[in-house]
Amino acid sequence: MSAHATEHGTMNIKLIVWRQPARDKPGRFETYEAKNITPHHSFLEMLDVVNEDLIKAGKDPIAFDHDCREGICGMCSAVVNGVPHGGQERTTLCQLHMRKFKDGDAIYLEPWRARAFPILRDLIVDRTALDKLIQVAGFVSCHTGGVPDGNAILVGKPEADYAMDAAACIGCGACVAACPNGAAMLFAGAKVAQLAELPQGQVEAPQRVAAMVKAMADQGFGNCSNHYECEAACPKGIEVKFIARLNREFTKALCQEKIGAISTTTAASGD
Amino acid sequence: MILDGKAPTGKIQDSWDKHRFDSLKLVNPANKRKYKILVVGTGLAGGSAAATLAELGYQVEAFCYQDSPRRAHSIAAQGGINAAKAYPNDGDSIYRLFYDTIKGGDFRAREADVWRLSQVSNNIIDQCVAQGVPFARDYAGYLDNRSFGGAQVSRTFYARGQTGQQLLLGAYSALSRQIGLGTVKMFARTEMLDLVVVDGEAKGITVRDLVTGEIRTHVGDAVVLATGGYMNVFYLSTNAMGCSATAIWKAHKKGAYLANPCYTQIHPTCIPQAGDYQSKLTLMSESLRNDGRIWVPKKKEDCGKLPSEIPEADRDYYLERKYPSYGNLAPRDIASRAAKEQCDEGRGVGPGGRGVYLDFSDSIARLGESTIRERYGNLFEMYERITDENAYQRPMRIYPAPHYAMGGLWVDYNLQSNIPGLFVLGEANFSVHGANRLGASALMQGLADGYFVIPYTIANYLAQTKPGKVKSDHPECTRSIAEVKAERDRFLSVNGKRTVTEFTREVGVLMWNNVGMARTKQSLTEALQKLPAIREEFWKNVKVSGSGDELNQQLENAGRTADFIEFAELLARDALHREESCGGHFRVEHQYPDGEAMRDDANFSYAAAWEFKGTGQAQELHKEPLKFENIHLAVRSYK
Repeated sequence: MSAHATEHGTMNIKLIVWRQPARDKPGRFETYEAKNITPHHSFLEMLDVVNEDLIKAGKDPIAFDHDCREGICGMCSAVVNGVPHGGQERTTLCQLHMRKFKDGDAIYLEPWRARAFPILRDLIVDRTALDKLIQVAGFVSCHTGGVPDGNAILVGKPEADYAMDAAACIGCGACVAACPNGAAMLFAGAKVAQLAELPQGQVEAPQRVAAMVKAMADQGFGNCSNHYECEAACPKGIEVKFIARLNREFTKALCQEKIGAISTTTAASGD
Repeated sequence: MILDGKAPTGKIQDSWDKHRFDSLKLVNPANKRKYKILVVGTGLAGGSAAATLAELGYQVEAFCYQDSPRRAHSIAAQGGINAAKAYPNDGDSIYRLFYDTIKGGDFRAREADVWRLSQVSNNIIDQCVAQGVPFARDYAGYLDNRSFGGAQVSRTFYARGQTGQQLLLGAYSALSRQIGLGTVKMFARTEMLDLVVVDGEAKGITVRDLVTGEIRTHVGDAVVLATGGYMNVFYLSTNAMGCSATAIWKAHKKGAYLANPCYTQIHPTCIPQAGDYQSKLTLMSESLRNDGRIWVPKKKEDCGKLPSEIPEADRDYYLERKYPSYGNLAPRDIASRAAKEQCDEGRGVGPGGRGVYLDFSDSIARLGESTIRERYGNLFEMYERITDENAYQRPMRIYPAPHYAMGGLWVDYNLQSNIPGLFVLGEANFSVHGANRLGASALMQGLADGYFVIPYTIANYLAQTKPGKVKSDHPECTRSIAEVKAERDRFLSVNGKRTVTEFTREVGVLMWNNVGMARTKQSLTEALQKLPAIREEFWKNVKVSGSGDELNQQLENAGRTADFIEFAELLARDALHREESCGGHFRVEHQYPDGEAMRDDANFSYAAAWEFKGTGQAQELHKEPLKFENIHLAVRSYK
């Protein structure tokens, strides 16, 4: 990351961008100029400027995922100079601002790279593998209605805070993109930890962790080998302690299976 | 035509319970699986509806334009969700939430709908807790509450500054469970581009697969739209980039009435615009007004100074001055207009004089920085990322921004539009917020509609219709596909000189200037003259490259913008016809000497539902008179 740009100066930036027309078509890097960018432009607004120029020149604009542009929906996703979301601590790409760059910088822009995330076009990847992890067991199997009063389930403040720390995950997949193994352990660990910590989630905790671990393998995610790149890249500050929690919950579930109390072989499901 | 909302009569406290028993038919469990329901949108309303309907045994197909149902814009709601639990023992009740919501909406909502919302609000909290939503707790483990605008009680439940995210992830987890069980078929990256109406009933939707470009029809026994609001018609808003009016506009063109589009909420606490290149505005949660004090310099010449150089005596805490009983927690419409007034008088701060201070120094002195950090830390971080300023050390600068649409498709008490089989939930309908929504009530409505209303009311329709009446080779499906393809080809064939974004911005700037926070007959007439010209130029001069058979984001934006241009005319026409000021609709001609909104109950106590009569033609107005049998119509005062 470069030194701050001067407050009032505008910048010209060289962009080297991965272009790939479709999933089954070959891709390549292309170079573009982003001109007259102010320090107040967000990174995506800088890309908007480049795209407007490309459209007017009759060329295909750079396809990139984005939606809320306030760092919460988890849709934006690109690797900037080798770092998912661009390397500003606890910041999604849409919240990264050009004041973090300086005039003349060259920026390499690539899609998330992971076996479980096939490229759809340019910087857009398919992240449905993350949804699949939730679909097997990332929930409490309660039906709508027929639940007790909210205050009938007491949750200590430390436990609620711990669960909230884990639940802050936005599902962007930067952890997977940053991991040399393409593992989704931080994503899955955060969900396992949130629900295992709360009384509401404890009944299904063993089935949940077992099903999610199996689904990670099924979806083509790798395993954790303690690089901690995921935590460094996470725009929401999700900590690797949740991976440790996942491992602990998994081990617990295995032990329970050994003593025959619980079967972990089938996915947790409701009906 | 006089419209009937079919609201139950009689004692309001019994209205929903009685209606469920007396007026709503049931579908027996063995028959539920024969019916297919199409749910468009997967935010709080759509996600909770799809999950709950599938739990009940219906076949559900769910659609969203994002890459995952977890990304719907409900996720961005920060502050909280209201419920009438009265846990703090501070005088709250279902009746008070009902009263506050009717009054907050400036007496322009249907009483029975609002009563039901208030009644089921408590079930929502229970449901979300059971799902594992990590609401804030006190040290004894009980649920914590905070205050929001327009209420004198603490009834807002929250999960740090990410309540919308946590509630949506709760609904998403319930939806995911059903997807895993095979009861919901999920179609992400899929955009609805038409409603299929057969013999006057909604029986399908035509969609475009945003990855492959395939255009196809899905048929079902009922269609549920939960597609959010239309505030991106102002170009810059707090909405996500993909939020659009397209789904409700296409339904409107197929006959669904659109009600009260001029009720638009401008949120008072957003980060001011920094430049012309800007693509969106970012909200700072209203909950900040619990601990922040809003002020501007008393003297114009102080506006350029650093806030720390302006002594206390030279600061005007104008909300506390004008509204002593609600102070900084005055409702959104009132707080927004007050901010605009200060800036119009030349006392605004920051670039262009379009900003007021939101100052936490008193709260930090009283509670300590760590408490403020715990309550709002993520918001302060977000503010710093965008503005490069530390709000623990100097006041935030804020300014109003387009945020929420109270108007939407007209629905009756059963959330059914005038087209049988078409149900509309959440922000996409017009129902409970009247002319102004109170803070923390959007989340409440979305989940009320999805978890606790539609499961009952849709059964009443389905019980009276045969399952599987329409097949996908029906001539109406073929015709709908042909129309959608023709429009797509038209976008691609213009090959003009201006980009889609240039048109979106042009319409948005016109709408903000002429149909924004303050409207006059002249500004509205001018907008109505200019909009048809923009529409004509769009179809002559827009440039959309690429093809329809691939992932093409320009093509997606072209469709949304074309619909916004048409929709903008209706919004302006509705604002012109409503010769009164109420809630988010402020007509400069209609105000009291002190600048407060002047309602005209004798002539305008009705919902305005507009019927489409052809592009560029004036819509036909249908009125649904509003009856207030429980709450006395009064001037809305927060003084």
